[in-house]
Amino acid sequence: MKRLTHLQQLEAESIHILREVAAEFERPVMLYSIGKDSSVMLHLAMKAFHPGKPPFPLMHIDTTWKFREMIEFRDHETRRLGLDLIVYTNQEGLRAGINPFDHGSRKHTDVMKTEALKQALDKYRFDAAFGGARRDEEASRAKERIYSFRDRHHRWDPKNQRPELWNLYNGRINKGESIRVFPLSNWTELDVWHYIHVENIPVVPLYFAKERPVVERDGVLIMVDDNRMRLHPGEQPRMEMVRFRTLGCYPLTGAMQSTARTVPEILQEMLLAHTSERVGRVIDHDGAGSMEQKKREGYF
Amino acid sequence: MVALAELIRSDIHAYLQARERQDLLRFITCGSVDDGKSTLIGRLLYDSGNVFQDHLEALRKTSVPLAQSQEAGAVQGGQAQGMAAGGEIDLAFLVDGLQSEREQGITIDVAHRYFATARRKFIIADCPGHVQYTRNMATGASTANLAIILIDARKGVLSQTRRHSFIVSLVGIRHAVIAVNKMDLVDHDQEVFERIAADYRTFAAGLGFTDLTLVPVSAKHGDNVVRRSAHMPWYQGPSILELLETVEVTDDVQLQALRFPVQYVNRPHLDFRGFAGTIVTGQVRRGDPVMVLPSKRTSRVKSIVTAAGELAEASAPEPVTLTLEDEIDISRGDMLVHPAEPAGLGTLMDARILWMGEMPLVPGKPYVFRTGTKYVRGTVVRIDYQIDVNTQEQHPAEMLPMNHIGQCRLHLNEPVAFDPYELSPKTGSFILIDAITNGTVGAGMIIRGVEVDAPEFVAEIDTGPVTNVVWHTHKVSKAERAGLKGQRPCIVWLTGLSGSGKSTLANALEQALWMRGHHTYLLDGDNVRHGLNKDLDFSDAGRVENIRRIGEVAKLMVDAGLIVITAFISPFKSERALVRSIVNDDEFLEVYVDAPLEVCEARDPKGLFRRARAGEIRQFTGIDSPYEPPDAPELRIQTGGESVEESLRSLLALLGARGILRGEK
Repeated sequence: MKRLTHLQQLEAESIHILREVAAEFERPVMLYSIGKDSSVMLHLAMKAFHPGKPPFPLMHIDTTWKFREMIEFRDHETRRLGLDLIVYTNQEGLRAGINPFDHGSRKHTDVMKTEALKQALDKYRFDAAFGGARRDEEASRAKERIYSFRDRHHRWDPKNQRPELWNLYNGRINKGESIRVFPLSNWTELDVWHYIHVENIPVVPLYFAKERPVVERDGVLIMVDDNRMRLHPGEQPRMEMVRFRTLGCYPLTGAMQSTARTVPEILQEMLLAHTSERVGRVIDHDGAGSMEQKKREGYF
Repeated sequence: MVALAELIRSDIHAYLQARERQDLLRFITCGSVDDGKSTLIGRLLYDSGNVFQDHLEALRKTSVPLAQSQEAGAVQGGQAQGMAAGGEIDLAFLVDGLQSEREQGITIDVAHRYFATARRKFIIADCPGHVQYTRNMATGASTANLAIILIDARKGVLSQTRRHSFIVSLVGIRHAVIAVNKMDLVDHDQEVFERIAADYRTFAAGLGFTDLTLVPVSAKHGDNVVRRSAHMPWYQGPSILELLETVEVTDDVQLQALRFPVQYVNRPHLDFRGFAGTIVTGQVRRGDPVMVLPSKRTSRVKSIVTAAGELAEASAPEPVTLTLEDEIDISRGDMLVHPAEPAGLGTLMDARILWMGEMPLVPGKPYVFRTGTKYVRGTVVRIDYQIDVNTQEQHPAEMLPMNHIGQCRLHLNEPVAFDPYELSPKTGSFILIDAITNGTVGAGMIIRGVEVDAPEFVAEIDTGPVTNVVWHTHKVSKAERAGLKGQRPCIVWLTGLSGSGKSTLANALEQALWMRGHHTYLLDGDNVRHGLNKDLDFSDAGRVENIRRIGEVAKLMVDAGLIVITAFISPFKSERALVRSIVNDDEFLEVYVDAPLEVCEARDPKGLFRRARAGEIRQFTGIDSPYEPPDAPELRIQTGGESVEESLRSLLALLGARGILRGEK
């Protein structure tokens, strides 16, 4: 047995999973969230099916509140790689004017992310959806399978998961049921960045420190990405040297003060900082065990 | 640790280059909450500087301080300057994942944890230890190279320890680290440790561990977990983390021959046809001859394609795409091997199976088997014996309930390529999938292949239930139908007054049987009087005909292999005798549900007694029509003075004594 480095071993496992799903399912799709994990997942898919293209489309659930640079990056990358991209927005939610300011992070996420995802999966009848989630992100993820079974209503039942032994994933489902697949399950945030560094994978520039207009809300720095941002009376955006550790809807994503302009500098900062990444996500703080609840309801 | 932080600060590129060379170790931790398993993992993470500040903060919010809280100052992480002392934190909470589990204070599933040191990255599969979680432990162990098994120093080697060790060895883990924990509670006594170590080594001699180390630890105080203990100078060996950082696992897989299960046929355009997969053992070079299993066609490797360019050779465990010189038919599920060193190929094999389904494994029932990249239907022909997970003793078994392990013979509907699990876990393992629910119900490890024309198998085909050969040449017998269900059919005939509790008991019995995986049917007034017998009245003649038809239907169901439960007053001896006469002697179990008339009348669940007393109903049994109690029922249950549970227990005991009931063992 050849001695592979940990990154090579993680890569091998992910490629194995990507190929399994492509071979086993009728209509797989890759959920592409434009973040660093999605970038790595996409890079692995390109490797897995070389010299061909990944035999499935990418899908982005667009809440319409993503950072502008994310959308530019998304369109640029999918064009560069010549891949099919589906962009889906919950039109009912859009018509109802659901937004993070009036409806709060919980409602906004429910309607524009979780509900939108379910609608899109139903509309295109996808039977397997890749996601870039990692087990090190959050406690409820630590127990999720690589092939995570979902019932007809896209629900996850943490108490009734299929045992997963060796690399023998059970991909058998009945009509209407589906599987969420997590090829990066065993990667850590550090692995992801290190792999981006080693493989020179493009990521959204928002991950790198730059002077950006921000306001401070409840101790969280929020970037004013467009004129939909509701400023409080007298509130003035100020320019700060910041970067993002995770990316999502801009009013719900906290920036961190940083001077890291390169991937090694990001790694350096992470290694010395000792704070986990989900801190920047407002939705995780809705209550103890909140992620587990969201996942039961169908959130990725 | 400090030097590392300094390197990260001063030369991140040098650090990253060093980190890039790190390899990966996957290990499992076995033990129960009481053994301090979560505390041990928490300690490993914490003392090696792998706990994030915000996780610690979240912990402080949620964790319930232990009654005997940690001694202040005892907890100081290597990189923990920035962290408050862990004095008020229960480190176990670092690893207890799901909300519901945290509330129950137990770990019910496999949780994965990640940490790294300067030398290695680690993936921990954290598994629960109780016997009902045997399957979870096997799941976690299936991808691990090493196991940490906890022993409570106060208790020594328990049946739990033996169970954990057995499961770990069953799935082929060769490196075992036995953490004798809570040494602080036995005064760090060397003698206690030595006695446990001697006991364990004696027991584990036959388990196949090539590398066994015992370490005295106190997870709570950090002794010998990451750092050597000052309390136990008599122990000169490595700490747990030192072992984890240095253990060598690349040679664990013994098979050196090429095994390449084809995952995916890559045809991006007409000029390229590649076979994508992971090399699971051995190596492949450009120009090597290869043979396809099961077709046995041969060709040569034309190219080894990867995104980084073509390779001259590749080895396990690398993922590659192979192209061949010849256009031969190859699809997903096939395996490429070297013609001089082929894998086994066949439809019959002996294997150890760990059962995970709620319903027991029953010989003869069709399941879907997945091995490598292939799905194939098949059955377990027979269970040679069951292995007690606590004592490793062998017992005969007709079926395998959940969390039980058996040595079994499999018969697959088409040939598959395989190796003995001992030589090559990746090509010697399989899972069993329920064909209807699609749930993963079992995990298997192949011991050896069996030749189809072996005399013993021919004999089985003549007598056993597997017989896809025999099915075409004679009628399916009653015994064969029952055999497929893995049960002995019979009629449980409940007789007694209205209100005596027949229906309640019948329902409870059916549910209990169903839970044990039995195929049953309950006949009662509701499903018979409204359909089959709706033309009959309640005259004596009508009643007799009613029971006669029910008897005939029950007989047909017994013929179909079912356990039939009936719940009718059936007041007359003669009609019950009639039913008894149409089935075999041992297939009719008469159960007299005996309750005094006053009790039945007081219960009067359907208001029938009241209406009979009022004269609205004529010829009501017990009021103006006689009930003839059985002279010699197989069982008499007095429901007047006992609970449904007690009555049910008597019923199950009867079925158990008659060899009808599937036991827990």
